Amino acid sequence: MTTVEEATVTAVEISGTRGGPDVPTLRRDGWWVQPLVSATILIAFVVYSTWAAFVNKEYFVGTASHRDLLSPFYSPCLVASCVPGSHPATVITWWTISPALLILIFPLGFRLTCYYYRRAYYRSIWLSPPNCAVADAHSSYSGETRFPLILQNAHRWFFYFGLILNVILTIDAVEAFREPGLGIGVSVGTLVLCVNAVLLWLYSLSCHSCRHLCGGQVKSFSKHPIRHKLWKLVTPLNAHHMKFAWASLIFVALTDLYVRLVASGTIPDHRLF
Amino acid sequence: MPDAPESADATDDAADDGIEAGVDRPGGSGLGAAAGAESPGAPDRVAMRVWRGDPGGGEFAEYELAAQDGEVVLDVIHRLQATDAPDLACRWNCKAGKCGSCSAEINGRPRLMCMTRMDELPEGPVTVAPMRTFPIIKDLVTDVSFNYEVAKTVPAFSPVPEPPDGYRMQQVDIERGQEFRKCIECFLCQDVCHVIRDHEENKPRYAGPRFFIRFAELEMHPLDTNDRRELVRQKGGLGMCNITKCCTEVCPEHIKITDNAIIPMKERVVDAAYDPIGWLGRTIMRRHKRSAEEAAAGGQ
Ligand code: SF4
Ligand code: SF4
Ligand code: FES
Ligand code: FES
Repeated sequence: MTTVEEATVTAVEISGTRGGPDVPTLRRDGWWVQPLVSATILIAFVVYSTWAAFVNKEYFVGTASHRDLLSPFYSPCLVASCVPGSHPATVITWWTISPALLILIFPLGFRLTCYYYRRAYYRSIWLSPPNCAVADAHSSYSGETRFPLILQNAHRWFFYFGLILNVILTIDAVEAFREPGLGIGVSVGTLVLCVNAVLLWLYSLSCHSCRHLCGGQVKSFSKHPIRHKLWKLVTPLNAHHMKFAWASLIFVALTDLYVRLVASGTIPDHRLF
Repeated sequence: MPDAPESADATDDAADDGIEAGVDRPGGSGLGAAAGAESPGAPDRVAMRVWRGDPGGGEFAEYELAAQDGEVVLDVIHRLQATDAPDLACRWNCKAGKCGSCSAEINGRPRLMCMTRMDELPEGPVTVAPMRTFPIIKDLVTDVSFNYEVAKTVPAFSPVPEPPDGYRMQQVDIERGQEFRKCIECFLCQDVCHVIRDHEENKPRYAGPRFFIRFAELEMHPLDTNDRRELVRQKGGLGMCNITKCCTEVCPEHIKITDNAIIPMKERVVDAAYDPIGWLGRTIMRRHKRSAEEAAAGGQ
């Protein structure tokens, strides 16, 4: 029998020969479905929004149709080329290309640096890793420690800008109740803009940076009761951040599409009451 | 939704069902070669592909044995040890999902063998391999010392001096870190993390998800005086994590590692290192931010 004194201590091995076969994965389930679906939606969104941002027309349904519907991609419409009725009193005169390009930087930056979308595109587009326990498609890896990915740390700044945009889109949704020449009313378009604004608020308020800034930051909840309350308010939303991220992404594109179809006369905007 | 964490649900079931593991159900016939054959529809044989090997090399060995009702993968491994493969090495202790010893990769997914029911796995041979990220010792046993080495580098709790009437903490502050203390150190999260799983060269500068929750627990402790943010950024490799959430997906204790520990730590690191307003605030208030070296030295 071996005594304690005789027993040899296993040397500490930090790296050494690994067990298991040298294959990218042993998973046999449909691990590729998840990245494929995410990549498809993300790419479809990028393609659609790029097209919508560049076409620079049919983004506003105005007085002629007794409506006040502005596409979220073109709001706020701040440049001189904006169609009449869609822009505020003062505008930027030196910007001559599509007004959407001026605005989309902010939601784009917000979503690109979002913790959830990072997960989604690192997995589905960059394949690092494509799914859990499936080998990373790249031979070297430095994560978010170097330029450009170190810029992901600016997420909270995009969050602040996102809040401003949400206020503006909420105003747009309220203005969508105006039916110039007819008074106040509710049309399908009004509802579309309202749902869009609500989803964008849910997406922003469920943001991880928001949760941190509300109260996650503090060391002691009991010493900061108000921040603890705020943190408790946003934490349940935060648990659904992924759902809000997809819902708001898809819906914002659908909102633009709806306004576009109405503005081009392809479909009428039904008045509900 | 495209990204529903499938494995979280799967392990949920495993955890619930694991309690019954080994208990004969009505219709089951306990130990015996024909056990399981009586439940309608259940397969009467199970095929296993188990990794057999050591640092010198290895391969999958195929085994077939009678199916038994209510078994978990670890039960089958034990039956193999009792029959076809007496020299098959595996690590286990509690058979209750609480000791964290029996981690392995079942059908390619990092899981606890004692919490994975055979009847929840799809038909066909069940593959059991050792954890990929750690060096192999024999068969299903790996050397997880990497984790113990990392543990030594996380500066311990350094509380404020004890007040005359003793330490007091409010319930809300106690509850905050409770989730992190559920960790059973199975190291499945460390195993699945691609930062070291696929890029072994990162090991010397990466603490990994299990220790990010330790950092978070200490940073969220109201009595702790250390400031480990620079340490976890510069030496712990927090920035290497790309929040792809596999650690959360595999954690048998359902700790929300990414949402509740890693992302909050990343945000704290932003406060300390990347937020100009944080820098301005510190400068005006003359607050000192601890360097990585100071944090590593611990103390107050
Ligand atoms: S979320 Fe980060 S720590 Fe967790 S597995 Fe992914 S890269 Fe590793
Ligand atoms: S955090 Fe979860 S997966 Fe990681 S070691 Fe602890 S119990 Fe295991
Ligand atoms: S984490 Fe997704 S918006 Fe901030
Ligand atoms: S044997 Fe203890 S966790 Fe599986």
